[in-house]
Amino acid sequence: MRIVVCLKRVPDTESVIRLTPDGTTIERGDLNYIINPYDEYALEAALQLKEAEGGEVVLLCAGEAEADSTLRKGLAMGADEAVLLQVPQELRDPWSTARLLADWLRAHPADLILAGKQGVDYDHGAVPGMLAELLGLPSATAICALERVADGVRVEREVEAGRERIRLPLPCVLSADKGLNEPRYASLKGIMMAKKKPLEVLESQATAEAEAGRLALPPARPAGRVIGEGAQAAGELLRLLKEEARVL
Amino acid sequence: MNIVCLIEQTGGLERGSAREALGLARRLADAAGGQVTGLVLGSLRDPATLGAWGADRVVELPALDGPGSSDAWSAGLADALDPLAPDLILLSASATGRELGPRLAARLGTGLVAECTELAWQDGQWLATRPIFAGKVLVTAPVNTKPALVSLRAKVFAVQEGGPAARVEQASLAGREMKAVVEEILAAAGGKLDLSEADIIVSGGRGVGGPEGFAPLEELAAKLGAAVGASRAAVDAGWRPHSQQVGQTGRVVNPTLYIACGISGAIQHLAGMKNSRYIVAINKDPEAPIFKLADYGIVGDLFEVVPALSRALS
Ligand SMILES: Cc1cc2nc3c(=O)[nH]c(=O)nc-3n(C[C@H](O)[C@H](O)[C@H](O)COP(=O)(O)OP(=O)(O)OC[C@H]3O[C@@H](n4cnc5c(N)ncnc54)[C@H](O)[C@@H]3O)c2cc1C
Ligand SMILES: Nc1ncnc2c1ncn2[C@@H]1O[C@H](COP(=O)(O)O)[C@@H](O)[C@H]1O
Repeated sequence: MRIVVCLKRVPDTESVIRLTPDGTTIERGDLNYIINPYDEYALEAALQLKEAEGGEVVLLCAGEAEADSTLRKGLAMGADEAVLLQVPQELRDPWSTARLLADWLRAHPADLILAGKQGVDYDHGAVPGMLAELLGLPSATAICALERVADGVRVEREVEAGRERIRLPLPCVLSADKGLNEPRYASLKGIMMAKKKPLEVLESQATAEAEAGRLALPPARPAGRVIGEGAQAAGELLRLLKEEARVL
Repeated sequence: MNIVCLIEQTGGLERGSAREALGLARRLADAAGGQVTGLVLGSLRDPATLGAWGADRVVELPALDGPGSSDAWSAGLADALDPLAPDLILLSASATGRELGPRLAARLGTGLVAECTELAWQDGQWLATRPIFAGKVLVTAPVNTKPALVSLRAKVFAVQEGGPAARVEQASLAGREMKAVVEEILAAAGGKLDLSEADIIVSGGRGVGGPEGFAPLEELAAKLGAAVGASRAAVDAGWRPHSQQVGQTGRVVNPTLYIACGISGAIQHLAGMKNSRYIVAINKDPEAPIFKLADYGIVGDLFEVVPALSRALS
């Protein structure tokens, strides 16, 4: 089975985000970058499928030149090869990203395309579904269980009413939610081997189509207030919720 | 100006999130001059009543009653939308909306503004605001595609009631092969209230100490008609299911009241709940970061404070 995992390079979730003075983008100088956490679940699922039935796991990333280090981390976890569609500037628009990834995937068809449910940078949650539609493939978003069945896969995803169980034929596109598995850490051997694995860089001039817009920090919440200590504060809390906040 | 809201329904009743979309659509249509159509994913028991929530017209798609398939549905919806000539399509950032929105965006060859929290008609264009970096930043950008496709975050937009009955039509869809097929929906344990739809959430963290420690929280939640949530620490320990995790890698919630018990207030947890209207924190550590943003903090042992709250409520 040939599995392509879409991997995105994003700032660490602990990062303090600062805006540039013109408010069009964020200060990126001092950020620490990681593999998008949801993409790690996708990669882990791909590696488990490969271990069970053989095949290859290819990493696909659209990003700036620096994204090669992110791909190396994915190779260290166990992927076989990686492709970087190198763009001159970060693509903040999922529609532009999806078309770029789809172009490559059309020329290099996969049996299964795995992605994360959402990039923890721009929080679109859009690329996997767009990819599926562009490629004419079925899809399931934010899956938390995955099982291989004859001719396809059976997955589960959380919905408001509970869990949906969906059956999909291959090829298809799946996006991973937390809970799907426990991503492995790269071993020392994996890290050494990753250096020798193929990482192809393809230059692209793709740019974002949608307007980037203006960034702003959200209005700060009023400073917190401690109203009391221990069980005896319970009555006061209920009074405030009823009379001041009027939510009870 | 044609505004179309995709209306999700369960058992023939529109979901609350669909009413929120209609409320926003009504305000925009009144401001920009236009009409609001509710396009139903299936059929409703009483479709004309969508008028009360803001629809001028309702178009039902009975072909979508029954088990779904996002590939067949996105194609069907694109066909159904075509004759409606929408300038703006609103959908909910629900499980269904997250599945269908991106597919529909690609199908229509238009972009997607996902999880929008503000939408205005200004100087002849749509201006959409959405949180990025887990709510650390807000981005506001014009949406220049036609149609503009925007998904709305739950419980952000106000519903409005009182409009006249809507005109009702039905549209048929061409039969299509369903590739991804929903085989079954496994109901949530005990039919519990979903976090994203709850007005009040009582959440527990590592401080709850174990699965049985959630009992007093459950009791308080039952008294308040609230849903129960959890921090990642509590979920990763196996005390609660992942569907109850609040935070960056769990649910993002906007309840009226969020009661955090034994939760320290890590940045990834705050990402999921800091837009709650009121936040209560119960924590024995006066230095816990959660107190920095709690409207009402109580320093103390949750096993004393939470039962005291339940008692005071009965
Ligand atoms: C990529 C990534 C994503 C993440 N996503 C999420 C997410 O979605 N949601 C999330 O919650 N976390 C998330 N985290 C984890 C987050 O960083 C914290 O580790 C987690 O939120 C801590 O949970 P906690 O507050 O329950 O536990 P702790 O930080 O251990 O806090 C427990 C608190 O309980 C208090 N306490 C103990 N006993 C009592 C008692 N008897 N009465 C009252 N108070 C008591 C303590 O004083 C302490 O403040 C993520 C982390 C990463 C790296
Ligand atoms: N530039 C990119 N390169 C590779 N994969 C991406 C890229 N952007 C998004 N993805 C994939 O799509 C998922 C959802 O991203 P998004 O729609 O940006 O929230 C991510 O978790 C990745 O798996």
